[in-house]
Amino acid sequence: MSAVPQDMQQDLLKTIDRVAEAQCPKAVRESAEAGEWPAALWKELENVGLVRAALPESAGGPGLDFGDAMVALRRTAYHALPVPLAETMIAGRLLLAAGLDVPEGALTVTAGGKRVPWGGQCAHVVLVSDNEISLLSKVTAKLVEKNLAGEPRVELELSSSKPKKFAGARARLMLEGALMRSVQMAGALERALAYALTYANERVQFGRPIGKFQAVQHMLALLAGQAAAASAAAEAAVEASVRAPDEFAIAVAKARVGEAAGKGAEIAHQVHGAMGFTREHNLHYVTRRLWSWRDEFGNEAHWQVRLGRMVAAKGADALWPMLTGN
Amino acid sequence: MHEFKFEPVKMPAAAEKLRREVRAFLAEETVRGSFEPKRNSWNTYDPAFSRKCGERGWIGMRWPKQYGGHERSALERYVVTEEMLAGGAPVGAHWVADRQSGHQILRYGSERARRELLPRIAAGTCFFAIGMSEPDSGSDLAAVRTRGVKVDGGWKLSGTKVWTSNAHRAHYKITLARTAPKAEDRHAGMTQFIIDLAKPGVTVRPIHNLYGGHDFNQVIYDDYFVPDDMVLGEVGSGWKMVTGELAFERSGPDRFLSTYRLLVESIRALGKAPDERAAAEVGRFVAHLAALRRMSTSIAGMLEKGAQPIVEAALVKDVGTTFEREVPEVFRQLLPTEPTLGHGESYGELLGMTVLRAPGFTIRGGTREILRGMIARGLGLR
Repeated sequence: MSAVPQDMQQDLLKTIDRVAEAQCPKAVRESAEAGEWPAALWKELENVGLVRAALPESAGGPGLDFGDAMVALRRTAYHALPVPLAETMIAGRLLLAAGLDVPEGALTVTAGGKRVPWGGQCAHVVLVSDNEISLLSKVTAKLVEKNLAGEPRVELELSSSKPKKFAGARARLMLEGALMRSVQMAGALERALAYALTYANERVQFGRPIGKFQAVQHMLALLAGQAAAASAAAEAAVEASVRAPDEFAIAVAKARVGEAAGKGAEIAHQVHGAMGFTREHNLHYVTRRLWSWRDEFGNEAHWQVRLGRMVAAKGADALWPMLTGN
Repeated sequence: MHEFKFEPVKMPAAAEKLRREVRAFLAEETVRGSFEPKRNSWNTYDPAFSRKCGERGWIGMRWPKQYGGHERSALERYVVTEEMLAGGAPVGAHWVADRQSGHQILRYGSERARRELLPRIAAGTCFFAIGMSEPDSGSDLAAVRTRGVKVDGGWKLSGTKVWTSNAHRAHYKITLARTAPKAEDRHAGMTQFIIDLAKPGVTVRPIHNLYGGHDFNQVIYDDYFVPDDMVLGEVGSGWKMVTGELAFERSGPDRFLSTYRLLVESIRALGKAPDERAAAEVGRFVAHLAALRRMSTSIAGMLEKGAQPIVEAALVKDVGTTFEREVPEVFRQLLPTEPTLGHGESYGELLGMTVLRAPGFTIRGGTREILRGMIARGLGLR
């Protein structure tokens, strides 16, 4: 995903694994879903430099390149950490692109004030309209809803103060959001596969692990295919979007990863049988996120249509150059 | 658990330069009318076209120069391959020799085999077939019954192979035979041989496919003599070689571009402003293709480093051929054209030919069920 040596990325992953292990036991997940801000978990993510990971050093980032920041984001989704890290990263990228300073702490971002992720729990809200952006710090929650993963999606009372011109702000939010959700889904899907493999090797029926049955093996092979395709599409979008979001690559990613999310989650649950349907098993922390994230910042149909229209407008013979980037 | 890692690769500038050269060549050839780009690319056998590819240095690209090769990278080879397929070029004659037979000869062949065969393959004048399957040995390759018996100066082969594509027009064939009785390790005791199809003792009979086409054949060996220097590698190590070439056979763009021309012509037929449903279907396919291409180029990168990513290749083939089969199924419902029997000249014929060929996509080169078993093993389930 980046030019950084493999072992440095490994260290990054290990750091996140350690934070998840230490700061995100089941009790924290459950209290976060009940509406409590996971302060200790967020603090630790700040301490290890992740909260500003998507920003360049000049804007107060820890000096990771964008690819590494996305590897980190993906790992937090692998662990289903109940925090607005993606939202903070999206808001930071937008502010930076608009030439504004990026404040400390948790950030969220919205185009209209409805279903604002983690609205009310973040220190600042970035509000965009078609061609303007503004940063708000005091907001009032009107209606608190949740996505399927129990993450807050809040309607906020917002009034734009001192908006700054930022051409294409709303479109840019959609692209940045779709990019980060794609990365997150790739991570969550990787975990769903890992859970399913572990379960298939442990669960014994008819005298052998269910993973020994061909029917189960073939389902898991399909899940692995979906996870691999999702990774490929998400990574390509990240690579293409280091400086600014790339519409083609992001449309590919959100469409492909979103499809993989649904198909992959279905298989992961089928393999787990009734156990995966319980609150006790951890599978649902990732699958409920997959079912939410695939519909946020445009579902598959939205991006498929966009992509299809993009291709049609350029004409059939332009498709191959689009695919090969040459 | 095996971790499927599809490391991204960056196409080197030389590969992108080569891409433009291939495109210019194909555009020129299309204008000259030397091929019809709507046809099925790597199943269209055109020795004259293959010779042109050979002249341009686009066959045997990775092989050493002393054997007629061009010492190019796996990624450069990949670019030529995908451009040919996407352009619908008739590369069927040299396809097998370039994709796998030549590589096997280079790696395991005798010095004589290398010197005699590789330069001709690279020139686009010598074509190969692959003989693995038999009447009672398809997916279960270890069940082969074709036997090789040691004689003075070589081996005598007897047995029957089936589904051998192009045996009626290729010059050589690499075939797998049992050279020692089946033991506890049923994969042991098999050997690969280079067969000169012009020599006595080999009979080729057509097996017509479901639409009446003649690609594959039955090949019968009756005391066919193979000299010692046409044995590939060590006697008894055939299984290892056969499985070793699977990464080459299964990961390439030929495993997801079989219906690319139908996709392109469908987009053309749907026009510049398709309705929402059509746009969504096109967009979905484009998203699938982009992901597949990235996975496939990643494997080319692994091959370049000398790895044998057999499980990853199986995964690309499974996902890729599943995609290939969906394309005609979707477009037949979006466009009001009925599929027509023919050679692929009109849209209806292209659709018809694709529908008729589609069952083969998920069978040839390893059925999807075999692939999924391999993937499951890679995942640590077997």
